[in-house]
Amino acid sequence: MKETGSYQPYSYFQLMEVSLRELLVEKGIVTEAQVAATVEDMRSRSPERGARVVARAWVDRSFRERLLENGSHACEELGLDVPALKLVVVENTPAVHNMVVCTLCSCYPRMLLGIPPDWYKSRNYRSRAVREPRAVLSEFGLQLNIKTKIRVHDSTADMRYLVLPMRPAGTEGWSEGRLAATVTRDCMIGVAVPKPN
Amino acid sequence: MGGLPAGKVEPTEHDYEEWERRVDALMILLSGVQGHKKLMTVDELRKNIEALPSDAYERMSYYERWVTSITQTMIQRGVITTEELGRKMAEIEKRD
Amino acid sequence: MIEPRFKPGDQVRVRKTYPLGHIRTPFYIRGHSGVVERICGAFGNPEELAQMRSGEPRQPLYRVRFRQQEVWPAYQGNAEDVLEVEIFQHWLE
Repeated sequence: MKETGSYQPYSYFQLMEVSLRELLVEKGIVTEAQVAATVEDMRSRSPERGARVVARAWVDRSFRERLLENGSHACEELGLDVPALKLVVVENTPAVHNMVVCTLCSCYPRMLLGIPPDWYKSRNYRSRAVREPRAVLSEFGLQLNIKTKIRVHDSTADMRYLVLPMRPAGTEGWSEGRLAATVTRDCMIGVAVPKPN
Repeated sequence: MGGLPAGKVEPTEHDYEEWERRVDALMILLSGVQGHKKLMTVDELRKNIEALPSDAYERMSYYERWVTSITQTMIQRGVITTEELGRKMAEIEKRD
Repeated sequence: MIEPRFKPGDQVRVRKTYPLGHIRTPFYIRGHSGVVERICGAFGNPEELAQMRSGEPRQPLYRVRFRQQEVWPAYQGNAEDVLEVEIFQHWLE
C-alpha cells in the first residue's frame, strides 16, 4: 500500500511499517481490511465523546455519581463504546483542580477521546507535570489560585483518567449540546477549564 | 521520567500521517483489543521502547519508536524472523 | 489472585530499590510515603507481562496519594497539593 501523491521514497521507519504489515498479512495474522477498519475506528474516537459525558454529568446528578463511581460503565450508558478502558473520573471543585499525566509513557483514555496530542507525550510535559504542575498550567494559560489544591494523577498502570471540569458560570438552561461544546480535550486532561462561548 | 528538569511545554499537535495511524492500528490489533487474537502486550511495547538507545527520543518520532518496538516484539515472539523482515524490506524497496 | 494487604487510608511506603527490567513504579516516587486512596483491583504484573510471561497471579493495584511537599524538596504550591500514583502491592510496605 504505497503512499499516494507525489513520489516520496519511504523513510526507514515507513519501510518497516509496510514490511511488518505485509508479513503479518501474508501469515494470516491481520488483513488489510482489519487494519483499515481499525484506523477508521480510532479516527472516529475524539474528544467530542468525552465532552458528551461531561455535559451529561453537569445536567444529571445521578449520572454524575455513577460516572465518578465507574467511569467506563457510565460512558457505555451513553452508548459510547470504550473497549478495555478502565476509566477513573476525577472531579474538579472550587477547592480542587485535577490534572492527568503519564510520566512513564503516554497512557491516555484513547478509547474514549482518541489519540493524545503530541505535547501530552512530550518529555517536557511528562517530566514537569508531576513536579511543578502550577508552572505547567500557567504555560497553558491557566492560573490557579494558590488556595486551590492540585491533584496530579500519574497513570502508571491500568487505570485511565478523565477530568470532570466544573460547569462554567453563565450556562444556566443551556442544552447538553451547547454545554458539551465548551468542553475541550484540554479541559478533560486538566490543563484548561471550559469557558462559555 | 517524572521530575527531571525539562523545558517549556510546547503545545504542539500534528495531524497524524496515515502510516502512523496504521502503526497505531497494528498495536490495537496485535494486543488483542476488540477481540483480535492477542499476540503481544502493551507491556512488551513499552519494554522495547525503553530498550531503545538513549538518543531515541531525539532521533526518532513517537510512531517511529512504536513501529521499531512492535517489530522487535514480533521478532522476539517468533511471529516473524529477522531474515523474513530483511527480505521483505529489500523487496519493497525494489518496487516501482 | 494475591490477597490485598492494604486498604484505603493505610499509610504505605514505596520500596526504594532499583532493579532491572520493565517497571511501572516511577523512580521519583521510590522511598516516599503516602496514603492508600483506593484499591483499583488486581491486574497482571507488568514486569512479567513485559517478558512474555503470564503476569499471574494478579497483583493488587493501589492508587496512593502523596503530598507534593513530601516528594519534591523545593515544591512551590499549596501545602495540600497531592500526587496520586498507581502502585502494585509488591512495591509497597
